[in-house]
Amino acid sequence: MRAFTYTRAADTSAALGAAIQNPEAKFIGGGTNLVDLMREEVERPNEVIDINRLPLSQIEELPDGGLRLGALARNSHTANHLLVRQRYPVLTQAILSAASPQLRNLATNAGNLLQRTRCYYFYDITAPCNKRQPGSGCAAIGGFNRIHAILGTSEQCIATHPSDMAVALAALDATVQVQSANGQHSIPIEAFHRLPGDTPEQDTNLGHDELITAIDLPATPFATSSLYLKVRDRPSFAFALVSVAAVLKVADSQIKNVRLALGGVAHKPWRAHAAEEILTGAQPTAEIFRRAAEAELQAAIGYEHNAFKIELAKRTIVRALTTLTERHLA
Amino acid sequence: MKTKEVGRPLDRVDGCLKVTGQARYTAEIPVGQVAYGVLVRSTIAKGRIVAYDTKAAEQAPGVLAVITHENAPKRHPTKEFDPSDKEPSASPTTLLVLNTDEVSWHGQPVAVVVAETLDQAEHAAALVRVSYAEAEPARLSLVAEKPRAFVPEKVLNEKPEVKQGNAEEALAAAPFKIDYTYTTPPYSHNAIEAHNTLAYWEGEDQLIVYDSTQYIFGVRKMLSEMFALSEENVRVVSAFVGGAFGSKGRAWPHVGLTAMAAKVVGRPVKVDLPRKDMFYMVGPRTPSEQRVALGADAEGRLQAVIHTGTTASSTSNTFAEHFSFVTRHLYASANILIQQKLVRLDMVPNTFMRAPGEGIGTFALESAMDELAYALRLDPIELRLRNEPGKDPTMHVPFSSRHLKECFAQGAEKFGWNQRNPEPRSQREGPWLIGQGVASAFYPANKRSAEVKVHISIDDTVVLQSATHEMGTGTATVQAQNAADQLGLPVGKVRFEYGDSLLPKANGSFGSTTTITVGGAVELACEDLKRQLLRLAVKHPSSPLHEASYDDLEARDNGLFYKDHPTQGETYAAILAREGKDSLEAQASFPAFLKEKLEEMAYSFHSFGAQFCEVRVHEDTGEVLVSRWVGVYDCGTILNEKTARSQFLGSVTMGIGMALWEETKWDLRDGRIPNSSLSEYHVPVAVGLPRIEVHALSIPDPHTPLGAHGAGEIAVTGAAAAIANAVYHATGKRIRNLPITPDKLL
Ligand SMILES: Cc1cc2nc3c(=O)[nH]c(=O)nc-3n(C[C@H](O)[C@H](O)[C@H](O)COP(=O)(O)OP(=O)(O)OC[C@H]3O[C@@H](n4cnc5c(N)ncnc54)[C@H](O)[C@@H]3O)c2cc1C
Ligand code: SF4
Repeated sequence: MRAFTYTRAADTSAALGAAIQNPEAKFIGGGTNLVDLMREEVERPNEVIDINRLPLSQIEELPDGGLRLGALARNSHTANHLLVRQRYPVLTQAILSAASPQLRNLATNAGNLLQRTRCYYFYDITAPCNKRQPGSGCAAIGGFNRIHAILGTSEQCIATHPSDMAVALAALDATVQVQSANGQHSIPIEAFHRLPGDTPEQDTNLGHDELITAIDLPATPFATSSLYLKVRDRPSFAFALVSVAAVLKVADSQIKNVRLALGGVAHKPWRAHAAEEILTGAQPTAEIFRRAAEAELQAAIGYEHNAFKIELAKRTIVRALTTLTERHLA
Repeated sequence: MKTKEVGRPLDRVDGCLKVTGQARYTAEIPVGQVAYGVLVRSTIAKGRIVAYDTKAAEQAPGVLAVITHENAPKRHPTKEFDPSDKEPSASPTTLLVLNTDEVSWHGQPVAVVVAETLDQAEHAAALVRVSYAEAEPARLSLVAEKPRAFVPEKVLNEKPEVKQGNAEEALAAAPFKIDYTYTTPPYSHNAIEAHNTLAYWEGEDQLIVYDSTQYIFGVRKMLSEMFALSEENVRVVSAFVGGAFGSKGRAWPHVGLTAMAAKVVGRPVKVDLPRKDMFYMVGPRTPSEQRVALGADAEGRLQAVIHTGTTASSTSNTFAEHFSFVTRHLYASANILIQQKLVRLDMVPNTFMRAPGEGIGTFALESAMDELAYALRLDPIELRLRNEPGKDPTMHVPFSSRHLKECFAQGAEKFGWNQRNPEPRSQREGPWLIGQGVASAFYPANKRSAEVKVHISIDDTVVLQSATHEMGTGTATVQAQNAADQLGLPVGKVRFEYGDSLLPKANGSFGSTTTITVGGAVELACEDLKRQLLRLAVKHPSSPLHEASYDDLEARDNGLFYKDHPTQGETYAAILAREGKDSLEAQASFPAFLKEKLEEMAYSFHSFGAQFCEVRVHEDTGEVLVSRWVGVYDCGTILNEKTARSQFLGSVTMGIGMALWEETKWDLRDGRIPNSSLSEYHVPVAVGLPRIEVHALSIPDPHTPLGAHGAGEIAVTGAAAAIANAVYHATGKRIRNLPITPDKLL
């Protein structure tokens, strides 16, 4: 690990001030991702700004009936919060499917959104990797790519975003609240993470001197009927091969509302708009579920070891929708 | 001997030390002035080191030395670990690591950085730049190398080939047959305790090494060869080992390099391998490709048994993993063909992993038996019973003890096997397809050599000494129980000192041999002690034992008493007191006499078992969950129900990991291991495991010390096949390539 200075920020403006002053500095939340990457010398900040003393750990109701999740609320706290469990079960399930209890007790909501890819080669500083070292090449494309993306990839990078929580947030139309020296603004979750394109080194649209303060969930009454399905190589403590966050409202044998997002398939949580369009207003049948899944995955490209994800994603979509529909009927 | 302690589920004698953090593992040994070493890994798999740039590293804060092959002290060649040597060296490789510019695997240590703190050493190591010349493409694929595969001279100590009758002809003629290829991937060792070494020198030629090893004398031998020291001048200590599973039987390059670094900086140096280095510098289990062909008559009697295949070693070692051994001993057939081939890859030298040979061999053979059972429409247990041999089918000697039938009978009963509908894909619960599978377990019951010293004091405390190892297996506990019974004392009186080369010599603790070997030596040493005590008593007319002969007596109540006059006898304390002695000691070696050695050849010594499991396979996603496990094992007398049970549970767990999750990925372009971390290399986790029910027959083997066999590995064997067989039963899909990941079942 490279030597670094440790700065403890007393408040938000001190944190932002420190970040503006030093372009090489990094905020630290739970540190469960940043410290690992620093030990591997993938991240090499010369200063770490500890934001854990900032008053951003609350989970509170918004006037419109939505919820505001503090940036520093721990993943375990968020998942087990009564209102989250009641109103957004998909989020609780997504968070609890991730990592281990010890990690979730440390991990913060903001840190979770900003965790970096688990691409093997990104983690190994002796391998070429455009995300870590722009222009050096992509070792995954001709190497092991079982855990890599099938949607929205580029010739520069085929990495996935590993967060489970973010997939549920995508299905819930969350917005990320951001504070910068110029004031507060919000970024819709879909516009928060990026596709790799020619700049795979940029995971998100968050600036270096911007701080996440909260994640807002809009009021979504039908989200009580929601589900997170995660398919993985090992039944616990493993990242998703493919995951699906689904929110579904069925009434009078008709799909009134549906939100679908996929994890493990792209450089960002993948909101399945094409599938949603086919499903909305349709009768909930196995055929239409499959057709929607086919449409969403139509543009998917498989590589040597991950082509199976295309079929797996389709089946997981169908299974998630079927399960929610059966619950409606029951 | 009457047993009072042996067999009891006694708590581990070191359990309290371990759970309270008082047991000191190698990385925790306090030594003043210690410096930290970090190894730099090569980033190519084959070629030569052309140049180093170490300037930045040398100037980094806290750095004491940057050692490369250009400035390293001279070291000497070390003989590769060879199981046919009487006292083999623990060297995993013949490569002169850090005394050569040759690179023969990706991740080979090419420099050592020593600094005041671990962080400083880690950072400086990342600053070392090495340039290489890559001469020819590295050979990294077992499949691609198959045209160059050769039949090695030997496989462990046995012949690489067995030909009995004409198996190919018999196969062709058999009315029922199967003939398939099974593959297993490389697996990496991931004991909880990483590999740690601490070394320092006293004067020019006294080397002291604390090392997490399961083979103290092998490490001593290797280091004495490496630094041209007499063996007595090297002391190796290994008090507690946090899991070994074969990985710590060889001394990986960091061991010698730690000693070398200590010499260079003139201070104690400690190297604690990071998890990533364990993937690159500790050998894996070889990948394998195995063909099993079985031919049977209409009754299911095996007319032909063929088991051939290929494994890999590195370019600097020769270990051909013995996957075919199981087929030499498990089922009867007049026509048997066995052949092992080897390819050499540019990879880290391969090594033992819990149940080497049988672990992967039983996957192939026991999957094939299941396939044959389906071809015959015969119950798979019945098929196995119909092929029970009267004698060992290739050694042609009787089994010392063999109760496989009883294992199946008990297991079937406990598991409810007879309720199973054999039809594949016939049971489901929602989206989960359910299946049950069975397989035989099989593992040799070998012995090695050990010396034990036993010391008794007038207050009846007994100290046993032997340089054997405690890797969490319970050796210290069961041998205390053993000695307590041999001497007729409460177990609390016995203490076992182990883990130091200053103690009497013992062989490596691998191959499930420690219990019998050390147990045999304890038995002999205690006998010698009792005979000495008796001789002291017999001299005195006043002793109640004045007229006694050894065979009239038994040890109990802290002394020697007549078998048929329970009250007549004398305590050890009384015998010693009369002589004015406050203690007495005896020492013995096992095996002691030609008798044991002849017995070794007159019988086939093996352990057996029956593995039953149930799996649930998600019909959409291919995820597999093991939902039930019953194992029944036949491995002689169980010395301690509790520690044996732990061995079975751990073994089944490793078997499940091997079947479903674990796989070391080698990037075939450059030998990199992309999943070299515990986040991407999937070891078993508790949530993925069912309740594992294990039972032991505990029938004594009349031809082994205490009637015991080792119990550390048997329950790995057959586990992967039982799972693959259950997956077939659940889904109708036969998976012949481990691990059984969801994509293979889509
Ligand atoms: C072995 C292992 C298994 C895991 N398995 C899973 C899994 O299955 N699914 C899953 O989703 N996750 C998994 N995780 C990842 C885990 O969820 C993340 O590490 C965690 O959520 C990161 O949160 P943190 O607070 O520790 O972030 P940190 O490590 O503190 O920070 C991560 C990044 O966020 C930045 N940052 C933090 N807070 C802010 C803020 N308020 N504003 C701006 N920037 C900020 C930091 O600068 C840093 O770049 C796993 C992790 C490990 C180690
Ligand atoms: S996929 Fe992206 S992160 Fe992985 S090696 Fe390629 S560029 Fe790097």
